[in-house]
Amino acid sequence: MSRIIVDVDGLCRSFGGKVALDRVDFRATEGRVYGLVGSNGAGKTTLIRHLLGLLRAESGKVRVFGFDPVRDPVRVLSRIGYLSEDRDMPEWMRIGELMAYTRAFHPGWDEAYANELIGTFGLDLSTRIKELSKGTRAQAGLVAAVAHRPELLILDEPSTGLDPVVRRDILDAIVRAVADDGRTVIFSSHLLEEVERMSDHITMIHDGRVMLSGEIEDVRRHYRRSRVRFADYFEAPPRLDNAFSFEGGGRTWSVIHGGPFDEFRASVVSLGGEVVDSRDATLEEIFLARAGRHEPLEAA
Amino acid sequence: MDITIDLDGGVPIYRQIVNQIKYLAASGLIRPGEELPAIRTLALQLRVTPNTVAKAYDELERSGVVWKRHGAGTYVSEQRPLLAHQERLRIIEQRIDALLAEAHQLNFSVEDIVRMIQKRRAAMESAAADEPARAAR
Repeated sequence: MSRIIVDVDGLCRSFGGKVALDRVDFRATEGRVYGLVGSNGAGKTTLIRHLLGLLRAESGKVRVFGFDPVRDPVRVLSRIGYLSEDRDMPEWMRIGELMAYTRAFHPGWDEAYANELIGTFGLDLSTRIKELSKGTRAQAGLVAAVAHRPELLILDEPSTGLDPVVRRDILDAIVRAVADDGRTVIFSSHLLEEVERMSDHITMIHDGRVMLSGEIEDVRRHYRRSRVRFADYFEAPPRLDNAFSFEGGGRTWSVIHGGPFDEFRASVVSLGGEVVDSRDATLEEIFLARAGRHEPLEAA
Repeated sequence: MDITIDLDGGVPIYRQIVNQIKYLAASGLIRPGEELPAIRTLALQLRVTPNTVAKAYDELERSGVVWKRHGAGTYVSEQRPLLAHQERLRIIEQRIDALLAEAHQLNFSVEDIVRMIQKRRAAMESAAADEPARAAR
C-alpha cells in the first residue's frame, strides 16, 4: 500500500455563519495527482488552507504526513511546496532574494533544478516581485514551490489568468514532480480539461460539500451520456432513473445519468422510449450535471 | 510519437494511448524493437499525469504489444499484436459509429466519407514515403 500523505476526515468550517466546508473527507496517497474541481467559492481554497495549517478545523480531523498542520507547522510546511491562487509573495524582494529566502527554509533545496527552471523561464534575478507580470510572477512562485523537491506539491488554481506557455510550465512541473521523484500533487482548477488530463484522482466540491470523489476512470465509468427518443412529446424532462441532467426537448433528450445502464434503459422503455446511443460522459458533462447548472427546464 | 488525446469522445485517456500505440504498431509506423518514449517524456508531450502513461504501457505489455526491459525502457514487440477478432471488430466499430454520427451532423454523406478516407490514406502513404528522406537529412 502507498503511504497516506493527506488525511482529512469530516472537516467542517464556517465563516460568519456561512458554511464553507461541510463534513469533507479527502485522502491523498503518495505518487499520485489529485485534482480539486468546483466553482469559485465552492470551498477548494478553504480546504487547501486547512492542509497548510492556515486555518484550524472547527470539527473533524486534518493530518498531513500524519501530523496536525496547525500544531506542527514546521514538520508539515517544510515538506510542502505551495503556489497560492493570488501568488502572494514578498513584493519588495528581488527574485534572487526570494530564492535565497525560500532556500533558507528548505534544506532539500536543489540549486541545479532551481537554476534550470530560472534559465528555462528566462527570469532575471534582479527584478523585484512587484514589477513582475502575471506570468513571470507565477513562474517565480513555481520555482520557489518546487525547487526543494517537496514531498507534497499544492497548487491552488495555478493556471488562472495565465497564457498557454506559462500554463504549460506549470503542468510540466507537476509531471516532473511525479515522474522524477514519485511526489504527490494536489491542484485545484476550474479548467476541467486540465484536470482530466493531469489528475489520477478527482474530488468535486460544490457548496462546501464533496459531490463526488474517486479515481478519474471510476468517476467517468459511473456516468454516461445517453441520447433517448420517445414516441410521445415531453414538455418537461421525463422522469428517468438516476438522471442528473437533461438537454434537448420534445421527443429527443440527451441525458447525463449514473447507475446501472440496464436500469436506466428500463426506465426509458417504460415511458415508451428507446436509447439511441450511449457513451461515457466527459468530466465537463459530469461536473455541469452534478453542480446543478443544467437543472430540468421546469419541474417535472 | 504522434498521439492525440481527445477529451470529447468519452474514451479514457489511457485507453486512447493504448489504442493509438496499438494502431502505430499494427500499421508499421513504429517498428518491432523500437523504443517507446519514456513515461515522463510522453506525459510531458501529452500533458497528462505520468501514472496514466504508466497504466497504458502496463496494458500494452499485458496484451503483448510492447515489452519492458527491466529498468531500461519499453520496446515494441517482435510479433504483431494478436487481438481477438471480436476485439478488433469492437474497436473499429466504435470508431465507425463515431465517424458516422459526426458525418451525419456535419452533413456529409456516407459516399463523401468513403472518398475522404481514401484521400486521407493516399496522403498518409505519401507522407510515410517522405519519412526516410527527412530522417536522412
